[in-house]
Amino acid sequence: MVALLAPVIAPTPVNTGFSNGFAAPTAAHPLGLDGGGFDVLTRLVHGAQTSLLVGTIAALVGMLIGGTVGFVAGYFGGRTDGVLMRITDYFLVIPDIPLMIVAAAVFGQSLTNIMIVIGLVYWASTARLIRAQVMSVRQRTFVTRVEAMGASPLFVLTRHVVPQVTPLLVANTVLMVANAIFAETYISFLGLGDPSVVSWGRMIQDALDQGAVVAGAWWVVLPPGLAVTLVVLAATIAGQGMEDTLNPRLKVGHLAARRFRVRPLHGALDRP
Amino acid sequence: MTPALSRIWFALVTVFVAATINFFLFRVMPGNAVSALRCRACTPQLREALLNRYGLDAPLPEQFVRYLGQLARGDLGISIASGRPVWQEITGPLLNTLPMLIAGTLIALVLGVISGVVSSWRRGTALDAASQWTSLACYAMPTQWIGLLVLFYVAAAVGLPAAGIQSATLGVLGDASMWDVLADRTAHLILPALTLGIGSYGQYAIIMRSAMLDTLGEDYILTARAKGLRDRDILRYHAFGNAMLPMVTMVALSAGSIVAGAIVVEDVFSYPGIGFAAVDAIGKRDYPVLQGIFLLLTVAVVVANLIADLIYVRIDPRIRSGRVAVG
Repeated sequence: MVALLAPVIAPTPVNTGFSNGFAAPTAAHPLGLDGGGFDVLTRLVHGAQTSLLVGTIAALVGMLIGGTVGFVAGYFGGRTDGVLMRITDYFLVIPDIPLMIVAAAVFGQSLTNIMIVIGLVYWASTARLIRAQVMSVRQRTFVTRVEAMGASPLFVLTRHVVPQVTPLLVANTVLMVANAIFAETYISFLGLGDPSVVSWGRMIQDALDQGAVVAGAWWVVLPPGLAVTLVVLAATIAGQGMEDTLNPRLKVGHLAARRFRVRPLHGALDRP
Repeated sequence: MTPALSRIWFALVTVFVAATINFFLFRVMPGNAVSALRCRACTPQLREALLNRYGLDAPLPEQFVRYLGQLARGDLGISIASGRPVWQEITGPLLNTLPMLIAGTLIALVLGVISGVVSSWRRGTALDAASQWTSLACYAMPTQWIGLLVLFYVAAAVGLPAAGIQSATLGVLGDASMWDVLADRTAHLILPALTLGIGSYGQYAIIMRSAMLDTLGEDYILTARAKGLRDRDILRYHAFGNAMLPMVTMVALSAGSIVAGAIVVEDVFSYPGIGFAAVDAIGKRDYPVLQGIFLLLTVAVVVANLIADLIYVRIDPRIRSGRVAVG
């Protein structure tokens, strides 16, 4: 993830074209050149910048909306909760990627728009999760006590509920980063990305459009997808791990791989 | 209201919400639909006439009512690019997509269930770890990239067609029989469906594993073991059925992501389905078609969810009442 701050690492400026398309990897260009004659490693590093930026900002937007909705719905309950959760349910069911495609197509192809669109679409599951957690925290004794002492809702929310729920919110945001990076590859792949910026999604699209498959240029096909896979995998595992430690549900399995076996006294030696 | 009725009501309202989003997205777009036509040569009169034709000169609430009325009659508007009704433009691709979508989902389901059952059975072993890592990795890969890999490494090696839906040569020399057409189409279907299946099975495997582990922790499994039943029988007759319950919901919930996967898979394999049509419409900035496709996909996903909810009520006797449970 250090690649985020390092256009410095890139061996050549991003828009420097070299003459021969699909040149195989050499010492000067460790990952070769793509169909347009650009250095693949350079584009990969710059793409990392874009993709991680989009992922992070979009996740933050989603967290802000989803978190707010979740806190308000979970804390105030009653009719507010009913209305907000209804809206959330609708957004959960509407297929997100097609909605993003339509929104991205309508609002135009700038990086900012894409980040906002992804964030706007991905808030619903966060809202649900946070609401559930807020509701359970609210039931706990220390919160009811503070309330009985006459604390205002705002005070209780900011001082007591938010700190309890924040770790879960952070874990969820990490998971959302993975989702958002994924969504960005979709949008860019469909030609709705920002045309002036290199991203991993765009590199995958270029690999297909420029015929890297026919040219047999594995060094163009593999890197961007591998990069996305690794980052999404890392974010998923990190987020999942955090979530698991935060609400531990220990379960025992009665069917284990290694198990005791009662051997019959006769004929036991015949069998391994 | 009975649970079933309230679920149907929920589905209807969701479609209505989607239609509303659709309507307003189209209206808040910078400029209006006519300027989106990039009609530079238009005279003011022509512009006026076009606005009138698309009904864009009426006040917003009136437009909205008219739009809903059209939708209710199944009228999705007129394609800007071809001038034909949107409905006609998208039914063909939709029929092409359906078999691919179904085949892909089935592949994903089989892979997911097998991988999940095996890793829950052999929990904590290298086999479990391998199966979990594989499904997580497949889950993390962008579907279009899997498609590229399949094109790159599998297509040529296996010798299956990797583009389009039907061979260009089919039926050129004499009439092809129905079976020939069917076989040809199936051959074209395999690689896209396989890609879709690999791209979506990861989430099923993960859910299946945790559902199986939950079930295997129940007391009745311990009882079954105490009775001396074989692992295979416990898995098949005692655990499997209960663990499949969450999968029903999972399949419905993942309908959205499968549809999304299908869009890019079709783009990779030039498969003339609904996703290909969407990409085409994006390229031509054909907003009515794009909106029609979005609405259609939403309806499909909502219906899938509805069916899953109804089935769930049917097969799990513990849930006979209660409100809509989504997510």
